[in-house]
Amino acid sequence: MGGILTTLIFLPLAGMLLLAFVPGSNARAVRLVTLLVTVVLFLVSVPLAWEFEGTGGMEFEERAPWVPAFGISYHVGIDGISLFLLLLTTFLAPLVYLSAWNAITSRVKEFALFYLLLHTGMIGAFVALDLFLFYVFWELMLVPMAFLIGVWGGERRIYAAVKFVLYTVVGSLLMLAALLVLARHAAEASGSLSFDWADLVGTPVPRTLQMLLFGAFALAFAIKVPLFPFHTWLPDAHVEAPTAGSAILAGILLKMGTYGFLRYAMPLFPEAAQAAAPLLAFLALVGIVYGALVAMVQDDVKKLVAYSSVSHLGFVVLGLFAFNTSGIQGAIYVMLAHGLSTSALFLLVGVMYERRHTRLISEYGGLARPMPLFAAFFLVTTLASIGLPALCGFVGEFLVLFGTFRVHPGRAAIAATGVVLGAVYMLWMFRRVFFGPITADANRNLRDLSLREIVVLVPLLVGMVVLGVRPMPLLDRMEKAVERHIEMMRGDARAEAETPEIRFVAEAVDSMEEAR
Amino acid sequence: MEGALLWILILPLIGFAVNGLAAAAAARLRRELPLRFTAFVACAGPTLSFLLALDLFRRFLGEEPENRLVVQEVFRWIESGGLSVHLRLLADPLSLVMVLVVAGVGGVIHFYSAGYMAHDRGHGRYFAYLNLFLFFMLLLVLGDSLLTLFVGWEGVGLCSYLLIGFWFEDTEKARAGKKAFIVNRIGDFGFLLGILLLASSLARFGGGATLAIGEIAARVHELPRGVIEGAALLLFIGATGKSAQIPLYIWLPDAMAGPTPVSALIHAATMVTAGVYMIARMSFLYELAPAASAVVLLVGAATALFAATIAALQTDIKKVLAYSTVSQLGYMMIGVGAGAFAAGIFHVFTHAFFKACLFLGAGSVIHAVSGEQDIRKMGGLFRKMPRTGWTFLIATAAIAGFPPLSGFFSKDEILFVAFSGTNAALSWAPKAAWILGTLAAVLTAFYMFRLFFLVFAGGEGEKTREAHESPPLFTVPLVILAAGAALAGFLGVPAALGGGNRFEHWLAPVFEGAHHGAGHASAHASHATELVLMALAVAIAVLGTWAAHALYVRNRELPMRLAERFPAAYRTVRDKFYVDEIYYVLVVHPIHVLSRRVLFRIVDVRIVDGLVNLVGHLSRGFSYALRFAQSGHVQTYAFVLLAALAMLLWKVL
Repeated sequence: MGGILTTLIFLPLAGMLLLAFVPGSNARAVRLVTLLVTVVLFLVSVPLAWEFEGTGGMEFEERAPWVPAFGISYHVGIDGISLFLLLLTTFLAPLVYLSAWNAITSRVKEFALFYLLLHTGMIGAFVALDLFLFYVFWELMLVPMAFLIGVWGGERRIYAAVKFVLYTVVGSLLMLAALLVLARHAAEASGSLSFDWADLVGTPVPRTLQMLLFGAFALAFAIKVPLFPFHTWLPDAHVEAPTAGSAILAGILLKMGTYGFLRYAMPLFPEAAQAAAPLLAFLALVGIVYGALVAMVQDDVKKLVAYSSVSHLGFVVLGLFAFNTSGIQGAIYVMLAHGLSTSALFLLVGVMYERRHTRLISEYGGLARPMPLFAAFFLVTTLASIGLPALCGFVGEFLVLFGTFRVHPGRAAIAATGVVLGAVYMLWMFRRVFFGPITADANRNLRDLSLREIVVLVPLLVGMVVLGVRPMPLLDRMEKAVERHIEMMRGDARAEAETPEIRFVAEAVDSMEEAR
Repeated sequence: MEGALLWILILPLIGFAVNGLAAAAAARLRRELPLRFTAFVACAGPTLSFLLALDLFRRFLGEEPENRLVVQEVFRWIESGGLSVHLRLLADPLSLVMVLVVAGVGGVIHFYSAGYMAHDRGHGRYFAYLNLFLFFMLLLVLGDSLLTLFVGWEGVGLCSYLLIGFWFEDTEKARAGKKAFIVNRIGDFGFLLGILLLASSLARFGGGATLAIGEIAARVHELPRGVIEGAALLLFIGATGKSAQIPLYIWLPDAMAGPTPVSALIHAATMVTAGVYMIARMSFLYELAPAASAVVLLVGAATALFAATIAALQTDIKKVLAYSTVSQLGYMMIGVGAGAFAAGIFHVFTHAFFKACLFLGAGSVIHAVSGEQDIRKMGGLFRKMPRTGWTFLIATAAIAGFPPLSGFFSKDEILFVAFSGTNAALSWAPKAAWILGTLAAVLTAFYMFRLFFLVFAGGEGEKTREAHESPPLFTVPLVILAAGAALAGFLGVPAALGGGNRFEHWLAPVFEGAHHGAGHASAHASHATELVLMALAVAIAVLGTWAAHALYVRNRELPMRLAERFPAAYRTVRDKFYVDEIYYVLVVHPIHVLSRRVLFRIVDVRIVDGLVNLVGHLSRGFSYALRFAQSGHVQTYAFVLLAALAMLLWKVL
């Protein structure tokens, strides 16, 4: 115990404990303590990037029995798939909190508590290697997010929060049922109950059962992605959530669904995943085109960005279901790029909102004159979002398209229209907000970015450029883990690897190790 | 020697970074940047790059033709599952010609900009964009892989967007910038699919794909015919966007909303020729793709003629030049479509001089008449602005095809290869292209001299009374470019006139595969034909000029009378055949209606959310029913308990 991952999971909780001693009336102290905790969180996570070896297997593993009677253990670890999602989470944590410095004025302490709790949930979900543990963190994320929307949100915050909770709970309860059934099935085969990912991923499951269980997992994850037609909670949640909530929602939470597909649904039920691939790829394509078209006609900037997320996440799902290295690496890369660019977009929209208290595009126009720096940051982020080469969006999109084209050229061709449509809605919005004459007097003397806002945005901007120009440090570290998952997704290959003899030897080795 | 390549590329990027950061800092501190600083930084990059490229050129001349090649590895860019793309720079005779044009003509235009933008508050931003453009343009021509070419391709598109909409407070200008970007993206959609098709085919047939153009060339014979034709066609779709060909040319006339030096640099001399460069770079592919080449030929020829007709009736000085550029790009496409890649690039080279000269001359005129662009309000400027007038005249004569100016040689060669060329897929295509191109040549001479006469000849126009010659920062670049427009042609004097066509020989190592290309094969066979065609070309130039003189100098009422006689035809051409309006009705508007009325209002709000809310209502109704279960009445609980027990017992017994 006491490894980096455990530290990362419990650090926010420790921060909450620390906050308990800070009086809620002293907002400044609360903010400083929380910021400090998130900065430490990030600093603690940084060595992971250097020390990670990229063996393809799990690294930084920690294991402790939790509920031995049910085979539940506290088992955490990361591989090339989760490493960067984890780093993205810790990277955004202080930046997003700093962005909310002045925006959150009521219940500052409660906000901080929920914010920290949310991070425990997200970090836990990315590093958990026990299905039950994953489920616990998965649900743990839900509660603080719902409160962030429901308490600090806009006018229709209650509706949005309830919709968010109901949508998610429907999926996750099915997932809970499915993982219980899976564990029971595995226990019958192996003789011992275990929720460990490594144990379950090696368990052959009959085809019919696979289809059912995959369906349950896939629904939970599809809602979270969100995949068309399960996406309608997202625009409401985004519009009503406070800026910081939207940024975390778009930056991290939306990756939980696609991460769940890649880590759980696909390797646990490979044959079912193969069988369902055409359907999911179809929904992904619909999402890409549909999300872009609907984004085009939005009057509210936040809604526009929300629908653009539907489009981008469609790329991720499409890449995953190409079942090849480029497609899946591309999918992960889109997750990271979208995490940077879309959370930055929400923070930027927050900057506008704090000044004008409206998100209607028609209320703006000509902002580039009073706010040139803001316009510059917004432009780079927009370009990253529409996949301009040399910025982060392009690498992932191209790899997804390449991976998909190799197996289904038609799918790739349809997806590529998203590249055109993305430019249409983003640049149209950009023109209406920033260019043209200033039409509303309230916009004439808007303050440009403050130093705090610049400090928040510069790291994101640098990240977008670095990810676009030098993707290899990331792709290299992902490669083996992705290839390993592709192996697992090939049902037949796994059946060979999991002969009873191998299992016997493996168990013997395990028990010898335990004896020592 | 290798290191120089990287410097050629990144010097403008450094300029961008310095000016960009300075402009940002100035905006934050609410200060104004001194022009001397921004202009110096901006001009230093291209000047040094040009000198480095010149040095490389000198070294190349000392090498055997086969050895004129420098490669510099920079870093691995993307590697994943059989795909491996490196950022690697490659200088060969072809890319070096382009670098010299981009940095040379680009450098001249940077100096001109220092004068033209002197009174604009945004000069820091302007120069930052301009340097960023040079960086991406140099990356486009120096990158050795199709994907790095695409990076440059998209990057120049971005800078074009930023510079067209440079005066963003004018909604129309901002809109024009956005239109340029989006129309180009439609082309890029094809380009991207072309890249994907090549990459996945190479990966399938050979295990891995690097997308390095040299490797594609070496392995192109492994690919099936359909893939080759398909990829060539898809890449050409990208070229129709960037190089403004039918049907995607519509952005270029609107792009004239940008500052005039930008029109000269990006929308005439360099960026718009990227499509021609790309096809020349991929010559080995188009050699094996006769059907795609026929499409290139015919689209190029149709564009050349179509745009020339529109140019003949425009009244905005920059719009005339814009349609002229579209038309000239069509000629370049005829060249590369006919398999005469060197001829296409030669026209890129000469066009860079005379068209940049024309645009900068137009800028000088616009500057002198305080922003007026309507040529009907000008006239008699030749005496007031002799330096601008003479350089404009030289460039006009060059584009019209008067020997021995540069346009004569390059256009003549293109028309000759079209006339004598063959196409395996569509045998009539080259001849058809020749006919269209020849007709367009008449119009070219006509609309250019119409422009020249209206602006410079005759009496004073209502806007030209106060006009006077521009300062040397304007006229020195004009003289340089006019000298290029006059003399560049001598690098490519054809054998029929006893020349050695040094330009073609210089490019020969790059187009080795192209030696059995249409133009080259017959070039030696029929010097007589070539001489006849040349005579025809001269006659055509004279004819066009004579017509312009007749209509706009001798009998100035005649054009009006003609317009009154044929009102429908006149309006249709003047209003550019209503192509923008047709696109709006057929494409833009339906997509909008579909998205707003159907997808958003019905599918999203009614159907999907309707279902969700329905589930919500149902579950509320369900819990309403369940509420009775939690009434708190002990009697009810007891009753339920008893009933359950009874049922259980009944089951068990």
